[in-house]
Amino acid sequence: MSTSIKRPGFFGRSYTALILFFLYAPIFILIIFSFNSTRSRTVWSGFTFDWYRSLFFDSSIMNAFYTTLIIAFISAIVATIAGTFASIGFYNMKSRWRTPLMHINNIPMMNADIATGVSLSLLFLSLGTVLRFNLGFGTLLLAHIIFNIPYVVLSIMPKLRQLDSNLVDAACDLGCTWIKAFWKVIVPEIMPGIINGLIIAFTLSIDDFVISYFTAGGNVMTLPMQIFAMTRRRISPEINALSTILFLTVLALLIVINVREVRQEDKQKKLKNRH
Amino acid sequence: MKPKYLSIPYIVWMGIFVVAPIIFVVFYAFTTSEGVPTLQNFAAMGRFTSVFVRSFWLALISTVLCILIGYPVAYILSREGLRLQRLMIMLIVLPMWMNFLLRTYAWMSILENTGLLNRFLSFIGLPTVNIINTPTAVVIGMVYNFLPFMILPIYSVIVKIDRSLFEAAQDLGANTVSVFRNVVFPMSLPGVLSGIMMVFVPAVSTFVITQLLGGGMVMMLGDLIEMQFLGTAYNPQLGSAIALVMMLIVIAFMYVVNRFGQGEEKAVGA
Repeated sequence: MSTSIKRPGFFGRSYTALILFFLYAPIFILIIFSFNSTRSRTVWSGFTFDWYRSLFFDSSIMNAFYTTLIIAFISAIVATIAGTFASIGFYNMKSRWRTPLMHINNIPMMNADIATGVSLSLLFLSLGTVLRFNLGFGTLLLAHIIFNIPYVVLSIMPKLRQLDSNLVDAACDLGCTWIKAFWKVIVPEIMPGIINGLIIAFTLSIDDFVISYFTAGGNVMTLPMQIFAMTRRRISPEINALSTILFLTVLALLIVINVREVRQEDKQKKLKNRH
Repeated sequence: MKPKYLSIPYIVWMGIFVVAPIIFVVFYAFTTSEGVPTLQNFAAMGRFTSVFVRSFWLALISTVLCILIGYPVAYILSREGLRLQRLMIMLIVLPMWMNFLLRTYAWMSILENTGLLNRFLSFIGLPTVNIINTPTAVVIGMVYNFLPFMILPIYSVIVKIDRSLFEAAQDLGANTVSVFRNVVFPMSLPGVLSGIMMVFVPAVSTFVITQLLGGGMVMMLGDLIEMQFLGTAYNPQLGSAIALVMMLIVIAFMYVVNRFGQGEEKAVGA
């Protein structure tokens, strides 16, 4: 295989490096000040681990952290499964039906978070008076699933559109049932979209503040809600410490995944060369 | 079972959780707190015109900046070796794992009058700048937070373009610039469109960035709505009316953008 594409030169790479610096500078500042011995966020006054220690004894932060994690896991997985089936269903519909349905699907995304949050809170409050429930963990989780599914659909639909429909036809001609074609042809082809959707759903859920803020009620707090409440007073460097731990965990995970993939590819290449 | 029926549960779901909530917003927007039909909520909105204008203007600037900054990143990345590409995408996604509020909060410590930027400027002998609590700070916060949402969709569309198209164009005598102009750019427009969607809408409605970096001096639509629902000026009817008008303007904007995109796609036969 010959690629005639010119690799980016010095200028291009410096530009990318500059953008990465822009993306990472604030994060490094957060990490550095998690070790600061005073509460100041701009003046360095000495090294300490105190914030890491006190973090684990701060029950409101830890509770918010667990709530955020549980909500993100459940909502991302549920939304990815639902979104995959919904996308494939949409893809196989006549465009007369698909187009309006896709427009409805896109509403929570086109809609500002605050509009989604506000409208869901109106719905939940009204349903709550009829069915006797209050805003809380349930409505929070439901809200996260609701806003995650459209993003999953958005990341899968382009992959379905790029999918060569002859592939499915060929599989069917060769005697594949539709279910088989689904698992052996469609799912592997759109897998990058599904995984992309899962990751987007998870990160959006962890990061979401606005919709949670309007649908969680007064008794449940996610980490972002906790942080927002703290910015109104003064942020405790414990939050910096927690973010640092989270950041390093994700970094480690991504490195492990990446190294494994590269190794597997090397193995496959070697096998190919032998044959 | 036919594959198209797979989406029926989700259609029911959308009816309850997507369509019904909007009907609630419309209902609230057109009624008083006693449930009597009225238009007074819309009449009361006139005094917030400047907030509407400011919101859309700042969001537009941020979106354009995200395209100008993010598109070259996506294009440069797509031409790197596969391993480097994967590493770089990881690096671009990684900051999103740091909480949105914290990243914005970090910008407070950078942009403050006695913050890290001004310390640095006076250290190298330059005059200090007053950025915090101005629209500039809000735009910086928006571009910073939403840039990955512009880079990723553009990148994922560009890498999917069949490389033999580049070769064909080159064989026909096109240089790098005209390959970009006639092949890559038109084919990457769907990515730009999703990028615009993912940047403009959160930008126009934010209240976190304005409250942290604008310090309450740069009021946007989000702040206005939040105040009506959870803030001091409790008035969900007025809040619903504002949210409804904002939604309609956003939808009109997206419709125009999409129309433009479809025209371009047809022009290149994609």
